[in-house]
Amino acid sequence: MAALGATWTAAHWPAVVAAAEHAHNAALFPENQKWEFFTSAEAEEVGALASCIIPTDGTPGAREAGVVYFIDRALTTFAADDQKTYRQGLPEIQKRVHELFPEVPLFSAATPEQQQAVLESLDEASAHSVPGRPRGGFRPGSPAQPLFETLRMHTIAGFLIDPDSDHKGNRGGVGWVAIGRELGHSFQPPFSQIDKDYPGWQPASAHKDADKK
Amino acid sequence: MKTDQPKYKTSDVVDFVIVGSGAAGGILAKELSTNGFSVVVLEQGPYLTEKDFVHDEIKVLAEDLLTNKPKLQPNTFRKTPQDKAKPQRALVYGRAVGGTSNHFTANFWRFHEIDFKERGKIGAVAGSTLVDWPISYADLEPYYTKVEWEVGVSGLAGASPFDPPRSRPYPMPPLPVKANGVIFERAARKLGWNPFPAPMAILSQPRAGRSACMNCGFCLSFGCEVGAKSSSLASMIPLAEKSGKCEIRPNSYVHKIEIDEKGRANGAVYFDEKKNVHLQKAKAVILSANGAETPRLLFLSASSKFPDGLANSSGYVGKNLMFNTGAVSIGVFEEQTNDYKGFAVSRILHDFYELDAQKVGFYGGGGLDARYDMTPIGFAMGGLPAGTPRWGREFKAALAHNFTRTFEIFGHGTSLPVMNNGFDVDPDVRDAWGLPALRLTYKDHPDDLKLAHWLADRSMELLDAAGAKQKWTYPIGEQQFGVHLLGTCRMGDDPKTSVINSDHQTHDIKNLFLCDGSSLTTGGRGQPTMTIMALAFRAADRIMALAKRGDLSA
Repeated sequence: MAALGATWTAAHWPAVVAAAEHAHNAALFPENQKWEFFTSAEAEEVGALASCIIPTDGTPGAREAGVVYFIDRALTTFAADDQKTYRQGLPEIQKRVHELFPEVPLFSAATPEQQQAVLESLDEASAHSVPGRPRGGFRPGSPAQPLFETLRMHTIAGFLIDPDSDHKGNRGGVGWVAIGRELGHSFQPPFSQIDKDYPGWQPASAHKDADKK
Repeated sequence: MKTDQPKYKTSDVVDFVIVGSGAAGGILAKELSTNGFSVVVLEQGPYLTEKDFVHDEIKVLAEDLLTNKPKLQPNTFRKTPQDKAKPQRALVYGRAVGGTSNHFTANFWRFHEIDFKERGKIGAVAGSTLVDWPISYADLEPYYTKVEWEVGVSGLAGASPFDPPRSRPYPMPPLPVKANGVIFERAARKLGWNPFPAPMAILSQPRAGRSACMNCGFCLSFGCEVGAKSSSLASMIPLAEKSGKCEIRPNSYVHKIEIDEKGRANGAVYFDEKKNVHLQKAKAVILSANGAETPRLLFLSASSKFPDGLANSSGYVGKNLMFNTGAVSIGVFEEQTNDYKGFAVSRILHDFYELDAQKVGFYGGGGLDARYDMTPIGFAMGGLPAGTPRWGREFKAALAHNFTRTFEIFGHGTSLPVMNNGFDVDPDVRDAWGLPALRLTYKDHPDDLKLAHWLADRSMELLDAAGAKQKWTYPIGEQQFGVHLLGTCRMGDDPKTSVINSDHQTHDIKNLFLCDGSSLTTGGRGQPTMTIMALAFRAADRIMALAKRGDLSA
């Protein structure tokens, strides 16, 4: 099974890398970016925060998926109610950075270890989290929740949204590839080795006969 | 296809106005119009088509593309009639042409014989208004068959030893098996249970100009972009439109049934898209607005002649709501299952359909299915086990490992009808049209909660037998939210304890009919749409017989 997944990933890796490079290059030239909601400085901070929530490691993360562009657009479209959460929350995060690391001016300027410490201090929910299955899938949280929770939700959404949608997220489908979802919207069985090896449905009596033999 | 439709004037007295175009409304529209009656269908939501059925989780779920919109249509909830209800989302229903049938899972279990006559068999249940249906399984069997053949259901007849008798096999073989189905089947057999291919209202083969399922993986909560899911929109509405006798009028929000001085319904009053008010005249009115909106509309139509709402001499309008009991357990496996591909369910079992109350200590019964109904964002938000980091490297690694190795066992079961459970209108909260909001009152019967735990225990046993590496059950508690909206205008022979008779005619108003989830006398074992559709085919026959006898004319 692992082999099948690896084979698929290998076959698609060039496309994945190309998409990731494209996203990375765009991120390198923010002056070419016309932001819909953020200032360039805010975008830099949000990009760094999102990269901690879904980091780039062996596979693409929030950065390559273009999550910051997704959030920027979200805040003028479906998540316009959350504008205040970002405008008020970002200075508070900066304050937290100063409290923990007085010499560091911005979250985006902190070392990975410092960033980790800042996020841990902001994440109040993890300590006592219970899995709550969002019935019917993904529905938005309350605008009253702290920025960290909103940002976490938006980062996940921007990483895993259908790349064919017009939200600017999950560029090149890198988020789907990272979690093992094949790109595309049409599949044919077998879907895995498990159903590939299935001999076909037999009534229980046939199974009992087979057991006797 | 919309161009084939006639355009009736609101002043035209059409034979039938139908409120709602979902599982029941779509079938009634097709049956009545193709038999020569003139029909106007007033649908609250927009007319979306296959090109609108995208896989965008934000548009579809966060923004309710296909469903009722809490910002425009707030709800309130309270546990008991003594409590003050608080604003919170209480239900999801389809708000578009095709209704909830656009986005359902498409599990199409027939009810069994016992569902129609359980009260007679087991006697009274304390705290419940459980009664028997005025019709039997045998009365409905021909119509179940009609749903399978005309709407389109895939399955394997005779595969379950618990299945009720049937007059015809399924028109199509079952959908292909998924890995979760294979694992479920093997584990269930180990335990001595009887798994079988799930009957699903999704085409396994091209049929009637519609495509077979292409296994996109965005099924529950999403509309089907190739028409393979057997919604009213894909199967029935096109036939109604082709008849030349049916107009589907979307964005038409009915808020009052007009009653004449003789106490007969003579039309439906609605807001159009621009909030202008119209009265569509009709000889008879059929409400198929769902188990929440149908009773609400009866309450909104209250008048000096009907101070407690229309058709409510029994006091049973809006009461006895049944949500169906449910419990969800999750297993994570070593091998990749890739169950994100395809429809949700390929194997189910009915060994626990009828539990022995003496043995288990509570009333109830149900079934299990193996499913995957989570799309990527939803999975990341709620599909990982407790204690998994919620961000960072380990979070990402858990997503990457579990997304392709997880599936759910869903236990579905009975809900007992309880008089205090139901929908009515809130005295304080109003919707964007200025109408009183839906208010939910609900507190599960204690037996329903015991059943949920019992079904979860079986699911966990099954996951054990299947060799799941990790497994858990989502917390089971009193329900404050529902999608199965059943029993709120129930069918019965006794006008004192029911709202409609077995012809779906209200006991109080001869030319007012109700047909949707509200009609169900009992809620079955958790998969109501098949029965809602079968009832709609039968209701159409009964209503046409009355109309031909002249019973509906003044």
